[in-house]
Parts: sequence; C-alpha cells; structure tokens
Amino acid sequence: MRFVDEFRDPEIIAKTSEEVRRLADPKRHYRLMEVCGGHTHAIYRFGIKDVLPSNIELIHGPGCPVCVLPMGRIDDGLSIAKNENVVFAAFGDMMRVPGTTGSPLEHKARGGDIRIVYSPSDALKLARTNPDKHIMFFAIGFETTAPSTALTLMRAKAEGIRNFSVFCNHVTIIPAIRAILDSPDMRLDAFIGPGHVSTVIGCRPYEWIAINEHKPIVVSGFEPLDMLQSIVMILRQLRDGQSKVENQYKRVVPWEGNRAALRAMAEVFQLRPYFEWRGLGFISQSALRIRDEYAQWDAEQLFQVPGVRVTDPRAAQCGEVLKGVLKPAQCKLFGRECTPEHPIGALMVSSEGSCAAYHSYEHRKEQLTSIQTVA
Amino acid sequence: MCLAIPGKLVELIAGSPNLGTVEVVGVRRKVDLGLLQDDLPKPGDWVLIHVGFAMSKISEEDALDQMRTLSMLGEIEQAAQEVRGYGLEDPGGHEKPN
Repeated sequence: MRFVDEFRDPEIIAKTSEEVRRLADPKRHYRLMEVCGGHTHAIYRFGIKDVLPSNIELIHGPGCPVCVLPMGRIDDGLSIAKNENVVFAAFGDMMRVPGTTGSPLEHKARGGDIRIVYSPSDALKLARTNPDKHIMFFAIGFETTAPSTALTLMRAKAEGIRNFSVFCNHVTIIPAIRAILDSPDMRLDAFIGPGHVSTVIGCRPYEWIAINEHKPIVVSGFEPLDMLQSIVMILRQLRDGQSKVENQYKRVVPWEGNRAALRAMAEVFQLRPYFEWRGLGFISQSALRIRDEYAQWDAEQLFQVPGVRVTDPRAAQCGEVLKGVLKPAQCKLFGRECTPEHPIGALMVSSEGSCAAYHSYEHRKEQLTSIQTVA
Repeated sequence: MCLAIPGKLVELIAGSPNLGTVEVVGVRRKVDLGLLQDDLPKPGDWVLIHVGFAMSKISEEDALDQMRTLSMLGEIEQAAQEVRGYGLEDPGGHEKPN
C-alpha cells in the first residue's frame, strides 16, 4: 500500500481502471505507445501496467532526449571541450551518458572543464562572468527545452556576448512519431501524447496522426489517474472506430501551444535536412540547427568536430528497445553488464529511459505494492 | 529532462522586463519570463518552470496538482535541486540583474 495515500481519489482510480477493463475488447490486443520518457518513468513508478488487462500493451516511445542522442554527437561535443579555455556546460542528465572515450563526468575527472548547469541562461551567465573562457552549452531536448535555448541565444546576440556558443542537438517529436509509424516492424493502435512538449507545440501538430494514419492520440498528464483516463479516452475512440486528437492534460496544455516559444524557436533555429537518432537511424527534418544569423554562436560553425558516426556497443540492444521491439529485460546486457550504476547504453542513464525505469521499479517489484490493491 | 516545476511569481525584477523571482518549495530564484511575453504573469500568479524559464501560466489549483504529481513521481527533491541550481554562484538569487 506504499503509494496508496499519495493517490488522489483512489475510488476514482478504481472506477477508471474498471472502465479500462470494461472497454478493452478481450478479442483484441492493444498496442499503445507512450511517446514521452516522463510517461515511461511514471508507468513503471506507479505500476500502471499492473492495473491494465493483459491485452493492453504499453510500448515505450522515443521521447527521452538523452536516450536518442547518438554517441557520435557526445564525442563531438567532448572533442570541442578539449580546445584550450573551452568549458563544456550541460544539464546533469548528460553527465553520465557514455561517449566512445567516456562520459562527460569521466572527462571531467581527467581534467576537462565540464560543468553542470540547470538552465541555458546559466551557461550564458558563465560566459559573462568568465570572459577569458569560451562557454559551450551542449543543448539537448525536444520542443520543451528548445525555446529556452533559443531565447538564450537571442540574449547572447543582443548583448554581443562572443565567448558563448551552443552545440545544438535539439530534436523534434513529430518526425520521430512519423518514423515509428513508417517502421515495418512496428504495429501500433494509438498514442499517449507527450505532456510538456505539447505545452509548446500544442495539439494541432498531431492531427495528421488522427487524420492520415487513423490512430487516436491523447495528450496526457503524468499521474496514474491522468494516464488511466487517457487510456479510457483511447479505448473509447478505438471502440467507436474513431481517430481524434484529444487533450486529457488541459490543466497544463493549451490546444494552440505557446506562440512566443514557437516564435523564439523560429527566430533562432531551422530544420536540419536529416539527423541521426539512436535506434531509429537517420530521420529527415527531425532536428534543429542554428540559423546562419546566429552562426557566431553555433559551436558546430566555430569548432572542428570529428563528426564520426559511432555504432552502439555491439552487445547492447538499445536500438531495439528504443523502437519497442524488445522489452528492456530482453536485452542481453540488462541488469548484468548494464545497470543504472554502470550504464552502457543511454537508456540506462536517464530516469526517463525505459531501461533505467524498468530497472528501478519493475525489477524490484516485489518490494512495491502496485495500485492493483486499490483498483 | 521533462520536469516542469510549478512556482509562484513573487516579484518582477525592476529594469529587467523578462526576469522574475519565483518561489518553489520555499526556494526563491530568478527565472526568465521571456516565453510568456505575450501574456506576462503578475506577482501572485503561478507558472510552470522548465530549465529556468517559465513556460506557461497555470492556476493555483493546477500548480498544487502539479506539485503533487512531482511528489508522487519522487521528483520533489530533484525539482528543488534544479531550482536551487538556477543562478549558479548566486545562492541568494537576488543579485542585480545583468
């Protein structure tokens, strides 16, 4: 009963779980993909799978920005950090992600000037306060984070700060969903749509999924009740033969998104022709580069990088797990060579990575009481 | 990565139209309000914060909901650590705006 007291309205959760079971046609098998890594984490944390009937399968999507970043990009960023007086600044999530020559943290231990920042504006602040150094911000994230990087670059330009640059790895969620739908080994019935990405892009960009691909998508919050309600909304659509975009997370996500954030992104970024995603390969127009007007702050323009494509460690099956073809525990390295303490693949690093989430919760499930006791 | 942290806007920073002081779980820090420039929050309003930038205005009720979500996800301490981290060597969060 560990989590029971934390739940809002356990009776409503029980009713919603019952509604899920009532709506799920026992003759069907449902494959629902949660796009966002935050949802993956929440699903394991709360034991959501345990209250679902066995014919509803949750497939973990590509929405963990640390996890989808190919190793070659980490190597490129760390190679810039080897230049004299260059500081490599990144979010804490990046610090333990392995590159070919070790993680940023290991580079720091070897003397590299690697610093954790919690905001891109703090990386800019480092540039203001360290005029003798060049601060390179290693930017990652989907549309949730990209507007903050964009505004930071606009401020750097307005203030004429020249010892600051961004190594841009921002990616966009829609092309990744399209790539998954185009993948021949992936059959999905519906999507649980990302919550916080949608505060920026709104709900309209998902309409093609409903209209052209005939798949329901429900933008969802992160609590157990949110996710169960989203699954009910999906099952109702599937039962009625509908495919619509619905917004379960109205308390946070406006249908139209955040226009100021979209304007900032459009001012600073443009789409790359293609970008490599770990596990998904090259996806056209799936990532952002810095516009030429901001070239003076673009680390890829300022520094030479190896730009080498690096394959994942041979035994690791991150790609298959990322695509949802394998479950985390089906990877040969899971829980043996690859653990949260000693991650080999990025999926084991971030708490939003499906391997780390699975390892933290599912793996020691006997210690936890799932919400099944409530439902 | 996906953390969105609710905070209450305490004051706008004079002379810096895009900065405000927010209070999150008892910690006060400056955040950037530039992404809300179309509809700037006023002191007393609640906002959702991500990597040091306010991303959306929300109601107090929804802010408390969001706080509970973080608590349920076991991420309150991580959120507090992130917010404490804003501003780097500026532990008070009250230095003069640049």
